Amino acid sequence: MGDHGARQLSPLFDRRIVRWDDRAKVYKLELDDGFRGILRELMGQFLTLLDDPGAPLLYRLFPPAYSDPGDVALQDEYRRLMMEDLVERRQEECRMVLETAGAKTLTEEQLFAWSRTINSLRLALGTYLDVKDDDQPQVPTSTEESAYQLLSWLLEETIDAMSRHT
Amino acid sequence: MSTAPVEIHEPGLGESTAADLPWKVLVWNDPINTMTYVTFVFQKLFGYSKDKATALMLDVHHTGKAIVSHGAREKAELDVFRLHEHGLWATMEHDS
Repeated sequence: MGDHGARQLSPLFDRRIVRWDDRAKVYKLELDDGFRGILRELMGQFLTLLDDPGAPLLYRLFPPAYSDPGDVALQDEYRRLMMEDLVERRQEECRMVLETAGAKTLTEEQLFAWSRTINSLRLALGTYLDVKDDDQPQVPTSTEESAYQLLSWLLEETIDAMSRHT
Repeated sequence: MSTAPVEIHEPGLGESTAADLPWKVLVWNDPINTMTYVTFVFQKLFGYSKDKATALMLDVHHTGKAIVSHGAREKAELDVFRLHEHGLWATMEHDS
């Protein structure tokens, strides 16, 4: 990861990087090229991960649908009917984020898809890092921790912008 | 829970069987999804107000789970699917 992008991680500034433009009816994204490059890199890797949807790392993206784990027939039926759609939808949205990583503006639909995709990758990274409920933010000591914190920040920015507008 | 949604019963064409009984959809607490994200997803998927979505999210957070919708099996399955699309930990079970 380049220094240019890492500089954007400072929690001390309060400039909003995602803002609704009421005149143009789009969200404006003020992200620098370094950050956009990191986002592309992460999404490219996520797309590769999605090639193997049964991987334990992706368990949280494709959880069981029925409360009773013993109801094997219903669990299997749901997976048979829905798994492909869930995987394809995530792949499509991941490709969309890759394609729009350089965009200055996003529609509401696109920004919500960004949020979903960023969150999906956070779920995989959080599973890998074994994140616990009462974990406090720490100085990242691995690429995965850095990526997790960076995505958490970007997710928060997108949700904040959409909550303000909605 | 004070935020229980109105129960909707959609009768099917055939005779009633156990599978047609109303189902409830639950969202479970998890350490990764953020409070703001979960609240926003509840607003978008179910059309809940910010206050109601926040109350529901806090119910999940504090008690470990909350019922987010009721309905016939197909509706419940669709809701679970939509919640899974958004990365939430949702399951369904008979409303018994």
